[in-house]
Amino acid sequence: MSALARASSASGAPSSARRALPRGLADLARGLAFLAPNFLGFLLFTAVPVVAIFAVAFTRGDYTTGVDPESGRFFIDAQWAGVHWFRVLWADPRFWQSLWNTLFLMLSVPIQMALALGLALLLNQRVPGRTAWRALLFLPTVAAGLALYMVWRQIYNQDHGLLNGFLAALGIVAPGEGPDWLGDPALAKPALLVMLVWIAMGGTNMVLYLAALQDVPRSLYEAAAIDGAGTWDRFRHITWPALRPTTFFILTTNLIGGVQIFDQVLVMTGGGPEGATTTLLYLIYQNVYEYEGKLGYAAALSVVLFGLVLAATFATWLGNRGAREAP
Amino acid sequence: MKARTDRRVLAVLALVAVTTATPFVWALSISLKSEESVFSPGLLPTSTRTTAHLSPQAEEVPVRVLRRLDDGRLRVKVLSGDSRRIVDIDGPVREERRLDPHFENYPRAWTAYPFLSFGRAYLNSLVVALLVTLGQVVTSALAAYAFARLRFWGRDVLFFAYLATMMVPGAVTLIPTFVLLKNMPDALNALLGTDWFSRDLVVGGKVLGTDSYFALIAPRCFSAYGTFMLRQFFLSVPRELEEAAVLDGCGSLGVLRHVVLPLSRPALATLAIFTFMWAWGDFFWPLIVTRSDEIKTLPLLLQTFQGQYGAQWNLLMAASVMGFLPMVGVFLLGQRQFIEGIKLGAVKG
Repeated sequence: MSALARASSASGAPSSARRALPRGLADLARGLAFLAPNFLGFLLFTAVPVVAIFAVAFTRGDYTTGVDPESGRFFIDAQWAGVHWFRVLWADPRFWQSLWNTLFLMLSVPIQMALALGLALLLNQRVPGRTAWRALLFLPTVAAGLALYMVWRQIYNQDHGLLNGFLAALGIVAPGEGPDWLGDPALAKPALLVMLVWIAMGGTNMVLYLAALQDVPRSLYEAAAIDGAGTWDRFRHITWPALRPTTFFILTTNLIGGVQIFDQVLVMTGGGPEGATTTLLYLIYQNVYEYEGKLGYAAALSVVLFGLVLAATFATWLGNRGAREAP
Repeated sequence: MKARTDRRVLAVLALVAVTTATPFVWALSISLKSEESVFSPGLLPTSTRTTAHLSPQAEEVPVRVLRRLDDGRLRVKVLSGDSRRIVDIDGPVREERRLDPHFENYPRAWTAYPFLSFGRAYLNSLVVALLVTLGQVVTSALAAYAFARLRFWGRDVLFFAYLATMMVPGAVTLIPTFVLLKNMPDALNALLGTDWFSRDLVVGGKVLGTDSYFALIAPRCFSAYGTFMLRQFFLSVPRELEEAAVLDGCGSLGVLRHVVLPLSRPALATLAIFTFMWAWGDFFWPLIVTRSDEIKTLPLLLQTFQGQYGAQWNLLMAASVMGFLPMVGVFLLGQRQFIEGIKLGAVKG
């Protein structure tokens, strides 16, 4: 007689030990059944690809699979390449340029956050028709996409664009001689940046800030007013700390999005001029799509992009923790 | 004092609002102009009608000025009736601007690209976005319920793994998923001894693999974020209600269907809205996996359109208005839902 059975018979419930295991198994089966649809997809399209991206980054080949007719064994056409692709990457000026471009365009994140906060503070005043203002400011976020980028490409057109027409009307540039916003390597990145900010400033970030502002207890402001705190003091010591979780959330999501800028570039500049707007993701796209047999290089670039996202997330997390622990 | 503050706030808001609205108004304006007047100044789509008296006694007829001759007379082309002739006249011409919106730019843009109409692209986008949304809501709800309420071995480890993958950018899983899909048909054919998986599908594209509806839909039906958000919401459903349902003889699936889901409608709606919006507008993944015109979604059509009609501004802008109008319309109809959804969806860590 085993110790387990003896223990259970001693407790006066002979069947409970026998039932304990099947019950756990039944729970597991039920849990897995609920998880299965999601988990299989998660495994196939997230977990396996995350592992595989590293595998592809360290190999070369065209990754076709098949069954070898002689041995009957499954094969995949890929050879070990070691750190080859990372060496290529290190020596590739296009990689460094795209990294710089990506970081430059990510400057839009703090700018659009500051503007979103400013607009939220404005709307948080006693403003008539707040819902209508919010809807109007939110419009670019809803419309964002290929269609809107097409419009902006025309806005930046040198000869007939809205921007140069506007500048000419103000007398800042001579008619027909405005700058070629998207065709000039020095101007293309700032032009894209302005559009990114324009799209995002009144969007999701502002809605979240506005909601958070409305949650700040009014009594705090009243107490501060009694203490004679000015507008800036009230913002610095009450509003800003109260918004910190929201700021953290917005910063994290915006940075992750900012690393992956692509659509705008493809529609508006095609990565040019002279690679001035080629982002990391655009370079990945080119290597997957335009240059044959460069899948390994694209994978190595993806690994770098992944690292960038992790670094950005980790940095904001550290910053948030530091702010929380500060007195 | 208060009124003055308000006015300054309103002034800034108005300025921002004008900046926000201008590109939309401009696109709309260009989309209604004719080819000749597309670069004419002014937002209203107008056309200029030029008329002249061919001789002092004659009636006024529409003409087009060709050039001014050396002797000061005008050489014009008469545009009325069947007497399309060129004459030289002494008298002045009269120019009259009138409102002339060219609505036909829209049907022209609709059918401009011969291999794929806007109708088909809308339908593709709609079907793909609806199925992706349905897939995400169903799989996320089931998984979220398991993580929130069912007890089983390894649950929390698994949940942590899910959380970790929320940080994986879509760009990273792209290449392996692409390779996986590319190899899928051949592998399945070899495994099952058929050629069924690499055939063409009647409705367009292949049965499986890249360049198929499957590729557009299946990889996007699973969401760690959706699972996480719904789980947080399910945790707030009162346990007593669930226990009561169990006493009434409900199984786990019954509790989920009859108790948890009806109480979680706002969260489900939020997930549905944002999944739909994202799937509708997504460009990168469809760009990588599609080749056949008949399965292309709206953003892909717009991209092709820009390539072909980039020089015809009025058609281009008509296409782009047709591109953003559905989402703008949906937003304006359900604005409150949208805004509430954003707040709900921001599950702060």
